[in-house]
Amino acid sequence: MSIFVDKNTKVLVQGITGKEGSFHTRNCIEYGTKIVAGVTPGKGGQKMDQVPVFDTVDQAVRATGADVQLVFVPPPAVTDAILEAADAGLRLSVVITDGVPTIDMLKVLREIECDDLRVIGPNCPGVITPGEAKVGIMPGYIHRPGHVGVISRSGTLTYEVVAQLTALDIGQSTCLGIGGDPVIGTDFVDCLAAFEKDPQTRAVLMIGEIGGEAEERAAAFVKAKMTKPVVSFIAGLSAPPGKRMGHAGAIISGGKGAARDKLDALKAAGVYIVEDPARIGAAVRDVLTAR
Amino acid sequence: MKLHEYQAKELFSAYGVPVPRGKLITNPWQAYDAAVEIGGERLVVKAQIHAGGRGKAGGVKLAHGAEEAAKLAEEMFGRVLVTPQTGPAGKKVGKILLTEAVDIEKEYYLAILVDRTAKKPAIMASAEGGVEIEQVAARSPEKIILEHGSFTGDLPPFTARKIAYGLGFTGKQAGACTKMIQNLYRLFFEKDCSLVEVNPLVLTKQGDLLAVDAKAAIDDNALARHPELRGLRDFDEEEPLEILARRYGVDYVKLDGRIGCMVNGAGLAMATMDLIKLNGGEPANFLDIKGGANKQNVINAFKLLTADERVEAVLINIFGGIVRCDMVASGILEAMKEIAVKAPIVVRIEGTNAAEGRRILKEADYPFIVADSLADAARKVVAALPGGKR
Repeated sequence: MSIFVDKNTKVLVQGITGKEGSFHTRNCIEYGTKIVAGVTPGKGGQKMDQVPVFDTVDQAVRATGADVQLVFVPPPAVTDAILEAADAGLRLSVVITDGVPTIDMLKVLREIECDDLRVIGPNCPGVITPGEAKVGIMPGYIHRPGHVGVISRSGTLTYEVVAQLTALDIGQSTCLGIGGDPVIGTDFVDCLAAFEKDPQTRAVLMIGEIGGEAEERAAAFVKAKMTKPVVSFIAGLSAPPGKRMGHAGAIISGGKGAARDKLDALKAAGVYIVEDPARIGAAVRDVLTAR
Repeated sequence: MKLHEYQAKELFSAYGVPVPRGKLITNPWQAYDAAVEIGGERLVVKAQIHAGGRGKAGGVKLAHGAEEAAKLAEEMFGRVLVTPQTGPAGKKVGKILLTEAVDIEKEYYLAILVDRTAKKPAIMASAEGGVEIEQVAARSPEKIILEHGSFTGDLPPFTARKIAYGLGFTGKQAGACTKMIQNLYRLFFEKDCSLVEVNPLVLTKQGDLLAVDAKAAIDDNALARHPELRGLRDFDEEEPLEILARRYGVDYVKLDGRIGCMVNGAGLAMATMDLIKLNGGEPANFLDIKGGANKQNVINAFKLLTADERVEAVLINIFGGIVRCDMVASGILEAMKEIAVKAPIVVRIEGTNAAEGRRILKEADYPFIVADSLADAARKVVAALPGGKR
């Protein structure tokens, strides 16, 4: 078991013929992911390597049975890509694209509220279930199958902590980056709930960041519902207030969103806090061996 | 992108939201004429800087007559205002908004923003205006009205009415407030704002509603579809290095320390800064070369980093995924051909093609200090600071 993606997941890629789309599609295939189709309007009938390309998601789903999509289209096309996935009955849309306007995300998430589609991202590295499927842009080789679920708002910091875990021989059930934007499809609470239910996952590592209230809400969820141990690191303890640090979501303003507030909330909920980013893997090991 | 008060007020006016009469001046010699043109016995002289807390720092002054307004404006130009939001360096006043002073009956607060948790646009209002809303929220949260809005610029009239009556307005004023909320809501959507804030929203003794102060910020991700707003960016308000960074396509924020950092990814960059601090150092900047970085980005980023004169040691932390470590290494070497770097450079590279990247650096003429983990890198860069820790 794992969450969101596994060895049976059939993936279609929107934007497969673009430079980024084709590069990462090849990496996913190399990892063993079942990439069954690509979608680029006007290029239906062509092939990207061995992958058949269709004009619409609907055609691709009918022909291949794809249930998940990976999105590389430019920011103005993201709304349409998500709506098309919902229309075709896909269950998961992983949006890698960076630079989507916040109002677009508000509107599209509202529009698909009644559909069964889950959106991960935008502006995220995607999801990987080690040894089974990589639906994203993370380097596959740093991962190892195991029992720790990893959720993060960051990209490369996720790779850093995963590498720390793997170096200590601690494998992962599923790792996902949920994205650094203010409005995202899947948040910490959704992932924590999924990991709590997943029999393969024994502990969860949550990597937060300054800005917003996602970590505070996660803390409330952990306190009320989680039986599995949760370890957390929050990036940005040293960040000055009011300054945007790369991610649109990572801005401390109005007294909310400071790293210290988040750590306090998590600590109060019984989450194991690690403040030294070089010792995140070690903290997970300590928690696992203490149980 | 933050807007100045005067820019926000121009947008407000275009959307039918009443603001006090006023005029922007960019040098002291315009002050007297502008004050005469505005007229009235009392005027307000307001420094236009991108930071809250201007009033307490001396950036907002009341003047009696055009003479005094001109004198106050003259004193204010060129002054450096330090507020809790500017940082210790403060911000220099280069633009001043002169407005008529209004007779205040009562002050209110009104804002439109995104409720990230609910994933809905929200309108926040309070009858306790003119003070920091965070204080009201902490002291008496029951005095804050929060309503979620529609997903288009057309806010249903009932939502606006709920807020207007909730603030205690009745009769004609309730109508004026309803209209103002709807107009600001349309502005928020049509201009892709991340924030619209009126504090204070003033009820005058004459019974009119006016946006006496105005704040607005535009979603940077949406600027591409608003060519009409791009000219509103005030380059005087930004660090020269930050402007350069935007042109280079990297994210850079200048900080106060001596250790320059170059990292790929925003989260890892923040974690690197945190780690430097934990080891007793102070980061000189936040720098994310971004996921899809190419060699030119690396060269530019490296130049940017070393252009800060206070940088006395450099930490490069790359976790290669999409970014290849060998490319980063050769980018650094290429940048160093063009600029003389004296600062010690600690490099930690991991991930895709890391071994090749390390080899390139080891064979270079420059004595790079190679670190083998995040912890090792932070320790080594703090130790490499001339004169020890600070």
